[in-house]
Amino acid sequence: MDGVLEAKGVRKSYDGREVVAGIDLALAKGECYGLLGPNGAGKTTTLRMLLGLTAPDAGTISLLGHPVPQAAREGRIRVGVVPQMDNLDPDFTVAENLLVYGRYFGIPAREVRARLPRLLEFAALETRGESRIQALSGGMKRRLVLARALVNDPDLIFLDEPTTGLDPQARHLMWERLRLLLRQGKTILLTTHFMDEAERLCDRLAIIDHGRMLAEGAPHALIAEHIEPEVVEVYGEGVEDWYAAQARRLAVRAELHGETAFCYLRDAAPVVANLKDHPRLRFLHRRANLEDLFLKLTGREMRE
Amino acid sequence: MSVARALVAGRWVAVWRRNYLVWRKLAAVSIAGNIIDPLFYLLGFGLGFATMIPEVEGVKYIAFLAGGTICYTTMLAASFEALYSGFARMHVQRTWEGILAAPVGLEDVVLAEWIWAASKSLLSGTAILLVAIALGLSQSWTMAFIVPLALLIGLAFAGMGLVMTALAKSYDFFTYWFTLVLTPQMLLCGVFFPTSGLPGWVQAVASALPLTHAIALGRPLFLGQWPEAALLHAGVLVAYGLAGFAIALALFRRRLLA
Repeated sequence: MDGVLEAKGVRKSYDGREVVAGIDLALAKGECYGLLGPNGAGKTTTLRMLLGLTAPDAGTISLLGHPVPQAAREGRIRVGVVPQMDNLDPDFTVAENLLVYGRYFGIPAREVRARLPRLLEFAALETRGESRIQALSGGMKRRLVLARALVNDPDLIFLDEPTTGLDPQARHLMWERLRLLLRQGKTILLTTHFMDEAERLCDRLAIIDHGRMLAEGAPHALIAEHIEPEVVEVYGEGVEDWYAAQARRLAVRAELHGETAFCYLRDAAPVVANLKDHPRLRFLHRRANLEDLFLKLTGREMRE
Repeated sequence: MSVARALVAGRWVAVWRRNYLVWRKLAAVSIAGNIIDPLFYLLGFGLGFATMIPEVEGVKYIAFLAGGTICYTTMLAASFEALYSGFARMHVQRTWEGILAAPVGLEDVVLAEWIWAASKSLLSGTAILLVAIALGLSQSWTMAFIVPLALLIGLAFAGMGLVMTALAKSYDFFTYWFTLVLTPQMLLCGVFFPTSGLPGWVQAVASALPLTHAIALGRPLFLGQWPEAALLHAGVLVAYGLAGFAIALALFRRRLLA
């Protein structure tokens, strides 16, 4: 196995409940691969197993050519990790966080100090080197965690929900930085439940639920394969009656969820024409997206 | 053995150094506390009781007390570090989680915490020794052995303390350890008075407790005597430390890497 990251038949159970039920994936150098799934789908457990922090019950993993978990430590020398929850060292400044973290990789402080300006610039924290962690905003902390994950100049970067909890500006800056890393040839594995994030960043993605991979491929190819190209969302007073009488007749596939009827079609024109006769209904005509695919595969019931 | 391998591999040093760098930021306060606390303690108790108890086992009460206090203080220093500070780094601040994503193993992290907590004992033991010297309580050269002894006492109690840290859900849990394990040792193991006057069964219990063995070494060394059965007492402390470390590592593994 000489790929960047390969996993075959990986499984993990806790107390008889299978959290990861057979994951297979192989990342090519320089690609961005996404693991999409609802909360509790097994994304974080999968990441932990790939990093060698949790032993799988079955399956084989190779991290940058090193068998995991047996030689996970050797594999992690060239890996950067951005965890789901920030775990920056609150007792240190921004710069100290990077210097101390470099030592865990055996990198002397003077070497990290020489690269400090570039790392801080990457995190858009040029002027904050001496700041205390508590003084940083959520977006700044997230970017510092990303810069910390780059302290060893990794080939492969793991990101567990990198933009959860960030405001739109901070998310866009984070995405821009991740694309920059991809242009530099880094390989990225990220988990997310934001469809737009996955669609923007990922070359390939896997949708996982209940520990299983439901679909894998390039975002647009996956949408084309599983979903009709056009979607009309209809909502407003009387939508239930319209759905019963018209939607199922006109659309290839139609679903009523709450107060919205979703019509999936190859050509939306007949539905749009029909809606002109129902002025109290409002509608949104759009192209099918990853969210439609995600909801089709994982269902619409709430996950807690 | 995994301790020896991790010790030689040296990855624990970066983690130990992280704790040291944090401590250094507040070093002045910490050192002042290490000196002032035992100073008040010795002067208060020592001078106060000295009016009632001029001599114990042939030495001035304050000198008798100092030998016990050194051991007791080093026990507390390692315990506080391994329990409260260790729990903060493992659980509250998720510092360990960050470290474990780097090429550092859990055995390296736990080893670093163990040695770091013992380092705090070394520091506080040395500080109180200097106080005792400044007060003129002893001038014997055998006192020099108290410095490595402080490290050994630290390893014994930090090893056991890490077991508690591995089991803790919150800081409240540590109250049990302090009230049910450490405070009884302070009262039964001869910090304030010789154990020879205690009932036989209490002496039997005390003889199994690590602080008894720490004081069996520390007090004579402080008073300028060579301790009896020194290797036996040191061996008991080593055993407590190693057993604690091994159990703690297994529990941390189950808690963090399952």
